Amino acid sequence: MIQQVDNPVLEVHDLTVSYDKKPVLWGIDLTIPQGSLVGIIGPNGAGKSTLIKSVMGLIPLGSGYAELFGKSLDDVRDQVSYVPQRGTVDWDFPASVMDVVLMGRYGKLGLFSRPKKADREAALTALRQVGMESYVNRQISQLSGGQQQRVFLARALAQQADIYFLDEPFAGVDAATEKAIITLLRKMSDEGKTVIVVHHDLQSVETYFNWIILLNTRLVASGPMEEVFTQQLLQETYGGKLTLLSEVGNLLKKGQFPNREKAI
Amino acid sequence: MSELLQFLSFEDPNTRYVVTGTVLLAISSAIVGSFIFLKKKALVGDAVAHSVLPGVCLAFMLSGNKNPVYLVVGAFITGWLSLVIIDQIVARSRIKEDTAIGLILSVFFGLGIMLLTKIQHSGNAAQSGLDSFLFGKAAALVGTDVIVFSTISIILLVVVFIFFKELTLIAFDEDFAKSIGFPVRRLELVLTTLTVMAVVIGIQAVGVVLMAAMLITPAAAARFWTDQLRVMLLLAAIFGAFAGVFGAFVSYTAPAMPTGPWIVMIISIIAMFSFFFAPRKGILYKMVKQRRIQKKIRDENILKMFYQLGEADGDYFSSRTSAALSERRELASGQLASGLSRLKRHGYLKSDKEGWQLTIEGKNKGQRTIKLHRLWELYLTQYLRIAPDHVHDDAETIEHIITPELEAKLEKLLEYPEVDPHMSKIPYES
Repeated sequence: MIQQVDNPVLEVHDLTVSYDKKPVLWGIDLTIPQGSLVGIIGPNGAGKSTLIKSVMGLIPLGSGYAELFGKSLDDVRDQVSYVPQRGTVDWDFPASVMDVVLMGRYGKLGLFSRPKKADREAALTALRQVGMESYVNRQISQLSGGQQQRVFLARALAQQADIYFLDEPFAGVDAATEKAIITLLRKMSDEGKTVIVVHHDLQSVETYFNWIILLNTRLVASGPMEEVFTQQLLQETYGGKLTLLSEVGNLLKKGQFPNREKAI
Repeated sequence: MSELLQFLSFEDPNTRYVVTGTVLLAISSAIVGSFIFLKKKALVGDAVAHSVLPGVCLAFMLSGNKNPVYLVVGAFITGWLSLVIIDQIVARSRIKEDTAIGLILSVFFGLGIMLLTKIQHSGNAAQSGLDSFLFGKAAALVGTDVIVFSTISIILLVVVFIFFKELTLIAFDEDFAKSIGFPVRRLELVLTTLTVMAVVIGIQAVGVVLMAAMLITPAAAARFWTDQLRVMLLLAAIFGAFAGVFGAFVSYTAPAMPTGPWIVMIISIIAMFSFFFAPRKGILYKMVKQRRIQKKIRDENILKMFYQLGEADGDYFSSRTSAALSERRELASGQLASGLSRLKRHGYLKSDKEGWQLTIEGKNKGQRTIKLHRLWELYLTQYLRIAPDHVHDDAETIEHIITPELEAKLEKLLEYPEVDPHMSKIPYES
């Protein structure tokens, strides 16, 4: 069940990504319609984070490409926002909440220019949207996990993008934060923005998202929630890796084979 | 003393050169080092520092003199080369960064020492003083050196100022920086180049062996005092400059003494001092805080004993002897005595010939501690399903930490219970 759409905001074409020659994403082909609230679902090690990282150009691709708004990423950078996993940065870094949210303006500012008053205002607006306006001058080391996630989201909002990629925004946050975040994401999607979320909690999938990507190294399904979120497809996703596929993957790693001939 | 005054008066132009040079290079390495420190690449500074030695020697061998421009260029080339090789090893093999640094650092340094020894035995008169690159000699800074080094220092500071926003971002969140299209690889190259330049100008004063300390230690010390990056950079610069001036002074008064070890000693003492005495993060602050908590716990426990004795015989305000108190609870006798007199000082106890008595305030405080203890025991049995015989130890700690707000919540949640899980009465204020 892989549904392709016309005029997609995101198109992933024949994407293969390997770590040490072993494919972690294998031949992914998918398209996402504008304004969707997308959940990327799959077991641990299925390549969920890898998928959005490769769309963001953070890891080298073995083959294929990703296009946003029909263009390559470099042409549309300021329409795209990426929220890394909370745990990937050192929260003991000497910075205040404002400092971090202002980083969301750096893309628009470009190199060498300093944030201006208008940027501070945009950052404040973003903080207000996530309910953190009273923490502007707080040191980031003093925030709880949920507050850290809200700050990251505020930084993304300050980018004023049209498509948002969030890596596990609900991991390790309190219930109030989870609710605040999903409310905000729904609002963004209602305003026509596309939101793509790596998610691991099957319980909430049905209520949170309207488009689902089921992933386990290969793409199992991509389509509207009602059609994709079925017992059978979930079983296929979580039922384990395809034995033959992972054996071939291991062989590629062992022999250090390139996964496309021309890459030699 | 008079030497110090003479030194500080800067009458001697030579002193002026030496001090200006050392201060500038100390400041620039402290500021560049702060970013390396925040990127958690402290060892990289050490690798560069050791790897510039062969460059210095080769430059001397090829040019035949000690012109600082040649030496700087030579140092720059091998220092930079070492970082490129480390990067390539990490990217193309299974060897991790720490191992790669260890490998490259020792190879380059070994090569440097070999070349240095060869030069020393070559009989070239111009070589004298070249060995001061090992441990540094600030006093050897002469006019032309200072002009070259100061220019480089100022360039360094200007570049950091221009790239401040970018360097901060790649230190905090590299993936995000890439996602907004910042040229992260090139920015890292800028930081690498800055590091090499800071090392190259620093070695004259500090020497290759100890240069890493000039990069990392000021930042590590400054981090204890502040949570703001700008303040941290400023403090690191001040710490570095102070150590630099001191090193220059030593070099001025005792020319036989290598400067590097002295500068490193001073900056390390500043770091140690910060480690122990900085507010909030320092060891001493934490110890004092722990002691205060211990005292609070002990005081509340003593008042609790008075209250429990009162519960037993129905008279809360009668005199108790130290011996009677000791029977209720094991407490070192010194701690009991000091606790009793402290509680008296604070007005929770009175004393006369017969012993110690609670004041009204003392009784209330003891009663509240008992109440919290029993409420918490009940909470644990009801909400955490812990067996009644397992709740006491936990309550012994929690009774001292519950705030009045939590106390009110706890009472309401448990609906003002009469007794705890052991059927002891829970005392409320009347």
